[in-house]
Amino acid sequence: MGFFIFYSERVTLLSNKKVWMFGLVLMLILLPQQIYGMHIMDGFLQPKWCIAWGILTIPFVIAGLSAINRTISENPKTILLLAMSGAFVFVLSALKIPSISGSTSHPTGVGLGAIMFGPTAMTVLGLIVLLFQAILLAHGGLTTLGANAFSMAVIGPIVAFVTYKTVKKVNGPQWLAVFLAAALGNLITYITTSVQLALAFPAEVGGFMISFEKFLSIFALTQIPLAISEGILTVLIFNSIKTYSKNELIDLKVLSKEVL
Amino acid sequence: MKIHSKKIITNLILISLVIFLAIIPFFVTKDADFAGADEKAEAAIIDINPKYKPWFSSIWEPPSGEVESLIFSLQAAIGAGIIGYGLGYMKGKSKVKEG
Repeated sequence: MGFFIFYSERVTLLSNKKVWMFGLVLMLILLPQQIYGMHIMDGFLQPKWCIAWGILTIPFVIAGLSAINRTISENPKTILLLAMSGAFVFVLSALKIPSISGSTSHPTGVGLGAIMFGPTAMTVLGLIVLLFQAILLAHGGLTTLGANAFSMAVIGPIVAFVTYKTVKKVNGPQWLAVFLAAALGNLITYITTSVQLALAFPAEVGGFMISFEKFLSIFALTQIPLAISEGILTVLIFNSIKTYSKNELIDLKVLSKEVL
Repeated sequence: MKIHSKKIITNLILISLVIFLAIIPFFVTKDADFAGADEKAEAAIIDINPKYKPWFSSIWEPPSGEVESLIFSLQAAIGAGIIGYGLGYMKGKSKVKEG
């Protein structure tokens, strides 16, 4: 929807009333069937897929809750960092950034927390943000919550976490590890969304792969610059945290190894 | 002191990069196919399965774009508030330790 509002504003600047009206009509026609940004809208996955993705997500939520409990009880000081990781997801998911494809989408912000607290902790935090947006913003949806949580709060953080550990293992620089973790965590989220949509809507001719390519090509162009932005923003916040809170980070790194 | 100003410059460069990435689209997509991803994703589902009808719609939707942007800004503000508090707290604490 952001794109259409933006589009309307642009043409208003050109003070062309007809084009503006056309944009408005287009918006009203297309609005009920939006697949906006990276989350799947309510009603756009068949019930069986909603249930399947929901069930797949549940174990990660349970693991996340116990991981958070363990981290906080072993390291009470880190609770502030945990709150900040959640807040980072909150801020970034609210920022709908224009992309070169001519539409907007938002970063996920799950990379930061995944690096510090492990991937399952971010499943819990990501789920909270998705729930907030589904209920108050009609962004994503309640029935598609499981599917959206699986892409943004399960797969995204896992990829971010593994990327971070891998880059660190080959002695890559700290900033590169953080950047790649956040950027790839973002990219994999939309790839997962494309898989989910392709599974739910396989092409009659060619099946899953054709649909997958189709959805992927739609999200790819939008999401790549956003993944870079997310990587940079995560490096920024991580550097600030590192400057003032080195000890907690050292504690956490040991901890997140145990968590996995 | 030198390390400090170097950090500020790095941060400024990084912030400008993000802003730059957000601004490019306005120029790049000027004469390009501005209809872009949303409409294509739309078309893709209808193309693949013309008979599909959404079986559930959101229980509540923001009544207008203004209300929607209000809630989105609220979301960003709450998040930014917590991050600001956290960074301030950590900075203050590290200063106390040094002093």
